[in-house]
This record gives sequence, structure tokens and C-alpha cells, in this order.
Amino acid sequence: MIRMIIPLAIFLGLVALLLVSLETAEQRKLVASPLIGRPVPNFTLPGLHDPDVQRSSADLQGEPYIINVWGSWCWACREEHPYIERLGNESGIPLVGFNWKDERQDALRWLNQFGDAWTFHMVDFEGRAAIDLGVYGAPETFLVDHEGIIRHKHIGPVDQTVFEDLMRRIMEMRSEAES
Amino acid sequence: MIAEFGQISLILALVLAALLATLPLYGAYRNNQALMRLAPSLVIGHFVFAACAFGSLTILFLRHDFTVANVAINSNLLLPWYYRLSAVWGSHEGSLLLWILMLSGWMLAVSIFSRALPKPYVTRVLSVMGMISIGFLLFTLLTSNPFDRILPGPPDGQDLNPLLQDPGMIFHPPLLYMGYVGFSVAFGFAIAGLLGGRVERDWVRWSRPWTLMAWAFLTGGITLGSWWAYYELGWGGWWFWDPVENASFIPWLLGTALIHSQAVTEKRGAFPAWTILLAIAAFSTSLLGTFLVRSGVLTSVHAFANDPERGMFILAFMALVTGAALLLYAIRAPRIMTGKAFGFISRETSLLLNNVFFTVSAGMVLLGTLYPLLIDFMGWGQISVGPPYFGAMFVLLMTPVVLLMPLGPFSRWGRDELRRVFSPLVLSLIGAIVGGLAIAALLGAWNVRAMTGWIGGLWLILGALSYFFRQGQTRRFRLPRHQIGMILAHAGAGVFVIGVGMMESMTVERDVRFEPGQSLEVAGYQFELHEIAEVKGPNWIADEARFTVSRNDREITQMNPQKRRYHRSGQIMTQVALRPGVFHDLYVAMGEPLQDGSGAWSIRVHINPFVRWIWGGAALLMLGGIFSATDRRYWRTQKSEAQEPVAGSGEVPA
Amino acid sequence: MTPTRKRRLSIIGLIVLGVGAATAIAITALQENMMFFISPSDVHAQTLPADRHFRLGGLVTEGSVSRDSSSLMVSFKVTDGAYEVPVTFTGILPDLFREGQGVIAHGHMSEDGVFHAREVLARHDETYMSPEVARALEKAGQPHQVSMPTTQ
Repeated sequence: MIRMIIPLAIFLGLVALLLVSLETAEQRKLVASPLIGRPVPNFTLPGLHDPDVQRSSADLQGEPYIINVWGSWCWACREEHPYIERLGNESGIPLVGFNWKDERQDALRWLNQFGDAWTFHMVDFEGRAAIDLGVYGAPETFLVDHEGIIRHKHIGPVDQTVFEDLMRRIMEMRSEAES
Repeated sequence: MIAEFGQISLILALVLAALLATLPLYGAYRNNQALMRLAPSLVIGHFVFAACAFGSLTILFLRHDFTVANVAINSNLLLPWYYRLSAVWGSHEGSLLLWILMLSGWMLAVSIFSRALPKPYVTRVLSVMGMISIGFLLFTLLTSNPFDRILPGPPDGQDLNPLLQDPGMIFHPPLLYMGYVGFSVAFGFAIAGLLGGRVERDWVRWSRPWTLMAWAFLTGGITLGSWWAYYELGWGGWWFWDPVENASFIPWLLGTALIHSQAVTEKRGAFPAWTILLAIAAFSTSLLGTFLVRSGVLTSVHAFANDPERGMFILAFMALVTGAALLLYAIRAPRIMTGKAFGFISRETSLLLNNVFFTVSAGMVLLGTLYPLLIDFMGWGQISVGPPYFGAMFVLLMTPVVLLMPLGPFSRWGRDELRRVFSPLVLSLIGAIVGGLAIAALLGAWNVRAMTGWIGGLWLILGALSYFFRQGQTRRFRLPRHQIGMILAHAGAGVFVIGVGMMESMTVERDVRFEPGQSLEVAGYQFELHEIAEVKGPNWIADEARFTVSRNDREITQMNPQKRRYHRSGQIMTQVALRPGVFHDLYVAMGEPLQDGSGAWSIRVHINPFVRWIWGGAALLMLGGIFSATDRRYWRTQKSEAQEPVAGSGEVPA
Repeated sequence: MTPTRKRRLSIIGLIVLGVGAATAIAITALQENMMFFISPSDVHAQTLPADRHFRLGGLVTEGSVSRDSSSLMVSFKVTDGAYEVPVTFTGILPDLFREGQGVIAHGHMSEDGVFHAREVLARHDETYMSPEVARALEKAGQPHQVSMPTTQ
């Protein structure tokens, strides 16, 4: 009798292993960002609507915020746009647009067409600052806490599940900032 | 409208599957004839609706209905009609639909061809398969609906992955799925046997042709996949030990063990519990393969888009199906009858050894495939397992298989003597060693791999032939089909071994820088590059390298490999130029333009010896499976149990 | 013990022995063929043994790809945002290899801090596009405002 249970036991072990792997599949999909848990690198970039305004990551110190990497060329950004809009409206913290390797005209037209829910945008047309930030592609979404530490990074478009996860993390960061 | 029709068909198929999984099963339990009689009609209805759903999606693809998300994502206006057809199963959603269609087709076949079997038994088989169908229908409807609309639809769609725009890819998935799904029949028979509480030799005999057929399909599917990877990926190899390949290879190995253990259980009643366990394992690993390919747990060159939610669904489904099956096995299997005793040298032992080696091989592949997950789970880092692991393990495990394979058919059931088994093979052994060494010397293949490949391969082929002649003499060459099948398959394994031995030792590989006007000699062939031209296809543009190949100053052929860029997706694809041959393939692939102003490209030139023998051998294996499955014995005996001849020493497992 | 039982036991014993040996060999082979996945930060943080193979993963640094004019040698840098590692490779790069795209290189670290790759794999995810791919798409004559379906 006991002999007959062995296959079942082995199988259950296998299922447990696969379950755990499934949970962590997202993290293993790409190289984990080495910047998580480290301060946001210092960079100063021009704004999108007004190129003369310089935006610096240091300006944002003191409160948690979101950085969303996008480009008008990136169609997955369009896909996640409704959720980014909701992040802008519902999170209660600044949503910084990081316009990456784009053209100013295209980017502005894109915002006109789809709606601009970001607090402000900084532009990185050459993609230099993006390297410091560890950007692999677009879209990507970073969460930065009130001490300027990168707490979380989501690679790829935001959907309902990711949105809920991000909101939960944002609420945590906000309550930390307030206490 | 058509999309909605397809959607409704799917839902109706689900309803029928749910009815099938419950009512007739209850009927079989209570011996209620009326309820049991429902099963065949439900199976027909289930098949009709599955076919309607599949047909709907096909029509949507052919008619460019881009308001359906799946169509918009996987095809466009430029895609030729035959690739629109194969695009139906090119995506995750569509391939699930194909899976469902095939499952319902197998169910229909079981209900038609098994009319002579005891009614409660067939009913249980169909109900179990109905349960599997419920799982896949729910999976499709809940997580991967192929009929989802996007409104308003885009004017044009995206593209089918260019890698899949290929004739090989039209047939590879259907064959593979036929194999995977086919194992659900063996699974159904095993579970029905356990449910009935009596495990008898009869049901093993009934399930044999189904298992053989599924195994033959799976063999064909894997072979096509290998062939496709060879010319489409442009790397020149035929097998990469990629997780996705392994996912299909594990059920194949277990299926190979299963068709042999079924022979023992049917003929002698020996190790029945083991046969049931293998039937469960073969189908479960098919599900596992589906999970690995679609969940994103393992990364691979040709995995479907990752989606953990889908992964969770398949995992839960697999846990339910396999878990319940193994639980049932744990409860019921101890009551199974035990077979006749057998001696140390006997047909039983040889088949048992086959089972040990094939099962252990499956375990090794599974271990290597899942080891990265295990290491990650232990927190020891992210790793991958290199192909040398699989290669080393296979040489180790398959050497005894090759050595013992010809002995198996010559051994008698029950008890035999080594000398009697071996004596008819002495000539084959001598022939294999002498012939193998002579051929290797003739080809200049003076290395261990090629020599062992030739000796082992010839040993298998000559062994199968000498069995053919011995049986032929006593039966005037009117062998039953299952024996012909066995001989074909074993000889096919020999052809395969020769191909692998040569391919793994004598391949000439050159990655070189080529300028127009330049020429290069590789293994006696002169490759001359004339020009790099631009050519246009229906949905791509390409750089084409124009080579003339000559030998001894005589022009043999033109070879024009391409580097394509697909308009829609912007993807770059290497199109290999091949000159296939019985003894070697010439293989030229373009690398990339070298930015130094000279117009030079990096070019990959391979001479692949005996590579066709690998697929040729596999084709013989498949043919052998089909021959065995269509043996009249399996079908005749279902109608007239009593006339079943007593298993004699001449009978051979397929 | 009857002769049959004895024989059966010896068969089972042999099988157990065989499976045990196979497992032992498998584990050894696994340990030998295991390739750890490392990032440029890992390379920077520790000295890696030169005799072991690794899989180095990251992004090809923009503007870092250079070719040898007479051979098929390519050198480029792989970055993870924090650090960069120079890589050399001789042979044909995969179709999806591009600056700014993710790559995985199999090979070993040499003492001079250069990663010698035996094999380079490029990854490409369709929903996750780099500007180069998107531009290529545009160049191929596809208007970039329309036709990308959204699945919501």
C-alpha cells in the first residue's frame, strides 16, 4: 500500500515546486534590477512641454512618487495607458513621465490623442539617463519612496493585476511616509 | 456573427462534456443502461460543436476579420492563405482549440471503434476523457478565449511570428497534439480499469492500438519539430535540449516504455500496476509539457507568450487530473492481479529492462529541465543546465538499450537461455562490427562516435532483419502487422543511431567572412559568392546571397540563403539555403552585413553528414507504430474474445 | 525463499542498483554542466573563477558594438544599468541581437576582465519593445499610429 503512494508523493512535490516557480516567474523573466533598494540616480532632464524647464530627481525628494517610462513609438504603452491614467488619478502621489528616445512632436501628439495623466514629463531623447536608471525598454514603471529609494520596478505594460499590486505598494509607501 | 457562433459552440461543447463526465459515469456505476447509452450521442455532439468552434476560427482567419483580437494579433492582409490557416493554431488560444478538437476526435474514434467492448467499460473511458475535455474547455473560455472581440477593429493586423511562417510549422503542432492528446486514451483506459475495480489483461489489449497510434503521432510531431528547427532557426543543429523540446520528449520516452510494458501485461499479466502508472505518467507529462510551454516558468526560444494566470490554471488542472489519478491508483492498484512468474533470461526481463532505461531517461530529462527551478527554489541562484548534461546521460542510458534491443524479440516468454537467444544473432553482431568499422574507414570517420554509431546502428538493423528472416521462413513472409511494425521500428532506431553518430562527429562547420566574388573550399566543395541581391516576397523583403557550389570544377548547384525582414513586425529572419542529400546536406545561412564598406557578410557554411538518416529513422519508428496499431489482431479479438489464440513464443510486442 | 522469489528479488536489486548509479551520475553531470546566471553587477562584486562557464545577462550598451575588420570577432558591452562588462565573441550573432536589446552570453570571464562568449542569445518580447524595433517597423512602411490592437 505504502509503495503505491510513492508516485503521488513525488507528484505532489513536483506540483509544489512548479507552484513556487510560477509565483516567481515574473521576477526571473528578466535580469532583476540591481537598483532596487538603492537611491534613484541623480539626473537633471528637460521637461517635455517646456524644454527650458529643467527637472531633477532631487526636486522630488521627501515624498513617494512614480516614474513611468514611455514613448510614442511603444504600442504596449498605449495598451497600459488606461491604467497609467488611473495611477495618476487614484494614487495620490506624483506620476512622473519619463519620455524615452522619442521625438518631441510625436510625444506631444501622442499625449493629445490619448490624454495626459502625468504630473509632469521629463525627456531623455538620447537615452543616457535611462541607462543610469536601468531602463531595459518601454513601458516600465518604478516606485520611489519618500527617502528617494527605488522600491519596486515593473517591466512591461500595466494591466489590472499589476495595477492592483502597484496600488497596494503605493499605499504602503504613503503610510510609511506619513508615520 | 461567426465569432459569436464559435463562442456558443464552445460553451455547448462544455455543457455536453460536463454531461458526459457525469451521467454515463453514474450509469456505469449503477449499471443503468439508459444513462450509459447517452455516452455515444454526447460524444458525437461534443465533437460537432468542437469542430464548429474550430471551423469558425478558421473562417475568421481566412476572411481577415480583424475585429477578433486573435486574428488581428496573428495575421494580416499580406499573409498568404495557407499561413492564415496555420495561424489558426499558431497562437496560444488557437492551439488550445486544436487540442480540444483533437480530444473530441479521439473520443469519437473510441466510441466508434470500441462498440464491441463491455458497455460500462467504454462508458467510463469516455467519461474520463470528457472530464479532461471540461478542463481544456474551461481553460479556453476563462483565460484564453480565441473569439474575444476588439471594437473597433484595426484596418490591418499584426503578423504571425515569422518563425512559424513555414511549411514544417503547418504540420508540426497538429501531429504533436495528436500524440499528446492520444495518450489521454491510454489514460482513460487505465483510469476506467481502476474505477471498475478489476484490472484485466483485456483492457490492456484494447488500449494498445490507441497507445501505439498516439505514440506514432508524437514521434512524427517531434521529428517535424526537429526538422523545422534544423532549417528554420539557422543554427545547423537538429536537437537543442531546449525546455520546450524536452517537454515533448518526456512523454515520448514514457510512451515508448508504455507500449512495451503493455505488451507484457497483455500477454503475461505481469507488472499491471506498472503499466497503469506509465499510462498515467505519459498523459500527465503531456499536461506538464503544456504547462511548461505556456506558463513562462521556463524560458525558451519557442515558448508561447508568458502568462502566470494561465500557468496557474493548467497547474491546478494538472494537479487535479494527475493527483486524482494517482490517488485512485494508490487505493485500487494493490488489488490488481499479479502475473505469471518469469525467469531471469526471458522476454519479460528484456521488456522490463527497456522500461527501466526509458523511464530513467525520462526522469533524467525531467530532472535536467526542472533543475533550474529547484536551484532557484533553494535560493542557490539562477542557473541553466547545458546540453552536455543531456548528451552524456543519453549516451550512458541508451547504450545498453541499443545493445539489448535485438535480443528482445528473439527471447521467449517465461524462461529462456542466453545461448538460444543469442545464437541467431551471432552473424548480425559480426556483420555489425566488421561492417561498421569498414564503413567508418571508408568515410574517413575514424573517431569513436562515428564508429560506435555505425556499429550500434548496423547491429540494430541487422538484428531486426535477421528476426524478419527467421520469422519469415516459418511463416512464409506473411508476418502479422504488429511484427512488421516492430521490425520497422527497431531498424528505424538503427538508422537513427547511425545518423546521430555521424552528425555528432563529422559535421564541418565554418563561420566565415564572405565578400562578393570570394570563394571558399569546404570539405571538397567550392562555395563562390557572386552577389548580394535584394528580393521581395509577399510580406517581406530580403537580402539574398547568391552562391554557386561546385565540386572538382563542376557546378553542382546554386544556393541562395536569405536574410528576411518581415514588414509587419519588423522581425529579421534567417532563411537557410539547403541542398539535401542522402549522405550529406550542404547548409548555408547568412549572418549579418559587416559594416566596413566592403559589402561583406558573415556566412555560416555547414556540411551535415547523414542528417537525413536521423529523420528517416524517426519516420521508420513512426511507420512501425502505425503498422502495429493497425494489426487486425487488436480489432478482431475485441469482437471474439473466445477465439483469442494462446500467446505463443512467436508473438512479439510491438 | 523460493527460487522465483529469489530471482525476482535479484532483478529488483539490480534495478535499484542501476537507478541509484544513474542518479549519482546524473547529479554529478548536472553539477558539471550547471551554468550560473550572472549580471554585470555580480561580475563587479566578485572575482569569478575563469574555468567555469556562466550565462551573462543584460542589455547591449548603445554604441558599444564594434567589429574586427578581418575576422568575425565582435566586441560589445553588456550593462545592467549599474555596471558594464566588455564581451568578445567570434561568430555569427543571432537575428535579434541589437544595441539596447537584452542578450544572454554563454562563456567565461578571463583574467583581464573580458567575458569571452562562446554563444550569444538574444531575447525579444513583442509587448516589450525597444525604440529600434519600433522604428524598424516604421521604416518598413507601416504607419505607426494605427493598427496596433489593444486587448483590454
